[in-house]
This record gives sequence, C-alpha cells and structure tokens, in this order.
Amino acid sequence: MSRYNRHIILSEIGQAGQDKISSAKALVIGAGGLGCPILQYLAAAGIGTLGIIDFDTVDISNLQRQILFGTSTLGKNKAEAAKQRLEDLNSDISIIAYAEKLTHQNAINLFNKYDIIVDGTDNFETRYLVNDACIITNKPLVFGAIYKFEGQVSVFNYKKGPSYRCLFPEAPAKGSVPNCSEIGVLGVLPGIIGTMQANEVLKIVLELGTTLSGKLFCYNALTLQNSILKISRNEKTIANVLKNKANFHKTKIDFNCEIEVVPISIDAFLSEENIQFIDVRETHEQPKIEDLNITYIPLSELENSLNKIDKPKKKALFCQSGTRCKRAVSLLQELNIENSFSIIEGASEIKNKIKNHQNER
Amino acid sequence: MQITIKYFGQIAEVTKLEEESLEFSGSLVSDLIEVLNKKYSKLINKDFQIAQNQELVSNETEITGQEIALLPPFAGG
Repeated sequence: MSRYNRHIILSEIGQAGQDKISSAKALVIGAGGLGCPILQYLAAAGIGTLGIIDFDTVDISNLQRQILFGTSTLGKNKAEAAKQRLEDLNSDISIIAYAEKLTHQNAINLFNKYDIIVDGTDNFETRYLVNDACIITNKPLVFGAIYKFEGQVSVFNYKKGPSYRCLFPEAPAKGSVPNCSEIGVLGVLPGIIGTMQANEVLKIVLELGTTLSGKLFCYNALTLQNSILKISRNEKTIANVLKNKANFHKTKIDFNCEIEVVPISIDAFLSEENIQFIDVRETHEQPKIEDLNITYIPLSELENSLNKIDKPKKKALFCQSGTRCKRAVSLLQELNIENSFSIIEGASEIKNKIKNHQNER
Repeated sequence: MQITIKYFGQIAEVTKLEEESLEFSGSLVSDLIEVLNKKYSKLINKDFQIAQNQELVSNETEITGQEIALLPPFAGG
C-alpha cells in the first residue's frame, strides 16, 4: 500500500501499526475550527471508520480557519461538506456524516459505535455532554479547546485517567466565557490544537509514546509558552456521572442560542425617544456609532455591569454582526431584565442607516 | 514567601498581565484566591482552577510551591 508508505517505513508503526489505524473507528464531534484539521489528518492517516457529527452549515466567516470548506460548500451542512472533501482525500476509508445535533438522546448509541471520541465543539453544554457520554460508554475522549490565541489539549477517560469534570467539575455560568464567533480567534490556532488532537488519537490507536491522559497541555500562540499541568482522577465526580446513567437520555440541554430572541431592525428604534442603545462589542471594535447616545458594555462584562443598564427604558443592543447582541439579550432575559431587543444589523450597517435617517429629516 | 503566578485566557484579561511575582503570607490556596480577589475585583466572577508547581490543586491545599497558575476553561472550537 503505497498510500501509507511513509507510515509503514517507520519502524515504530510498520504494517502492523497501519493495520491498527485501518481498523480504528473515531467519531469527531463538530466539524469546525478544531474538527477540520482533526478530520483531515485522521482521514489522511487512514483511520478506517471516521464519523462526523455537526448540525451547522458552512458560513463565509468559517473559511478563515475551517480548512475543509470552500466557497463551493457555502450553505452546505458541515458534516456532509467535510465528508465530500475527505472522500477525495482518502476513498479507502469509510466516512459517515451525521447532519444533526448531538443530544443526550442520540449520544450513547452513537458513541457505542466508535472506539475514540474527539471533541471539537464550541460550547460548554456540548463539552459536558460529550464528557459524560464518554464516561458512560467508557470511551477515551481526546479533548481540545481554544480561546483567542490560547489552546488546551488533553486525553480524558483513558486507562482509568481523569475526565473533563475532574479538571472543571461544572460548566461555567452561561455567557461568562465567550466562544470564537463572539470574540474572535486566530485562524491558525485551531489548526495547531486540532492537529495535536489528531496526534493524540493516533498515539492511542498505535499505543505509541505517552498520551496527555492525566495532563492538560496549555499553549499560547503569541508567546509560544506552553505548560503541561497534572490532573488527578476524582472518583466521586466520575461516580456521580455514572449514577445518573439511567436518566442520561432524559436530560435536555438548554442551549444559549436556542433561547428565542427575535432580532429587530434598527429602523424601529431610530425615531424613538426614551431608549438606551447598548454596544456589546469589545471596546476596540470599529466603527463606533457617533450620532446616538451609546452605552458601552462588552458582552464579556455584561453580567458585571448591570448597573449601567437603564432598566425602565427600552434597550436596543447591537454588535458587529448581530450574534453577540442576541446572546446578550437572552442573558438579560435570564437575569429577568425585560424590554431589551437585539438589533439585526451590525455596526457598519447601523451607521449607514442613521446617516440615511438623518438625511431624510 | 515569594510566589510567581501565571494567568491564562480570560484571567489574564482581568489581571492585564500573564505573570507576576508577589509576596504571600497566607497558608492555603483559598487564602491566595482571597488576596487575588481583593487585588482584581473582577476575578470574583470568573471560573478557574489553580495549579501549583504544574499540578492541579484544591482550595484547601497548602501553598508550598513557587509557581501558581490560574486556569480558566475554554469553550471555543
């Protein structure tokens, strides 16, 4: 098999190792920034069965880092689009796309079909769901997560090692830790972190070297500083997850993004008085809106800045693209602050609309 | 005791530095958290774990090491 020649001629792998890779089954959760490089390397390496689950569709803003996609796959489901690209890369392996959301209802059956689970998700709710389902099905979990210029990698639930909950027992409060779509990310960072995850998968499959089980690798792309921190298994935490095994499939996730917030056009507010406009972008973001009286509260500081919110007034929240303000409004709703609205337009468009509005007067 | 503290992710954004050295006279990890919460008021709302000499520790652990790290969870992917 000349396709895998460069593996096979390594004495540490050989034909026997390559056979192990060919019989391995890995499921990648999320075909996004992390999922793309993970999938690309695992498919190239010849992982025999590669599952991809993602409900989302390809957006132009994904192409800065999600390297399996292109302009020809815009609007397509990510799992399907990834499968199409990977089949061209390696037609000798079996690639299964699940164009659906991972839930407590489908996770156990799905995980049981695979040997290794790889976490490329972008929110805590799914990360804890993946972790708990791995504990219940006794599958090793190759974990990766990113924030702006920093990344974390680990291997959980492997050979009696710790789980993600042994590191961070509970998910942080909703909205307190932003994700890439809200705060931005250096495009190459998920490439680095995802490639490290693919490497951990291959080491587990090949039983080669030492894995990151019991260790958290932390990487900073700006300083190139990295640390490996030891994590211990917490038996009580793991026992707690197993205790809820029978009820696992009944759990429902209250996804932030599913809280119904209907965005409204800025047009509805331009002629109104007694309204507070809130810019939830980070302070450095441009363009600034000059012709309105704006309160600046970055989404990351919203919960700590509730005193800046004029509660009796109507509140119109906006950001760069309409995503973060939606999240901010659902956060306010959770905190029982009513009468807040998410503006559909991003800052640049709002600026234009104000200009036109003033010209019309 | 002189200790070096490393800050990661959102924690470094609160402290506005990635590393600092400070003189610490308390005994437990929880004492140190209290000191840091006073120094950085926004820290109180952040989730993080603490590592001492590259090993994750609980709040009740005694501070013995020279290097402490404050580690937040990351959501992004």
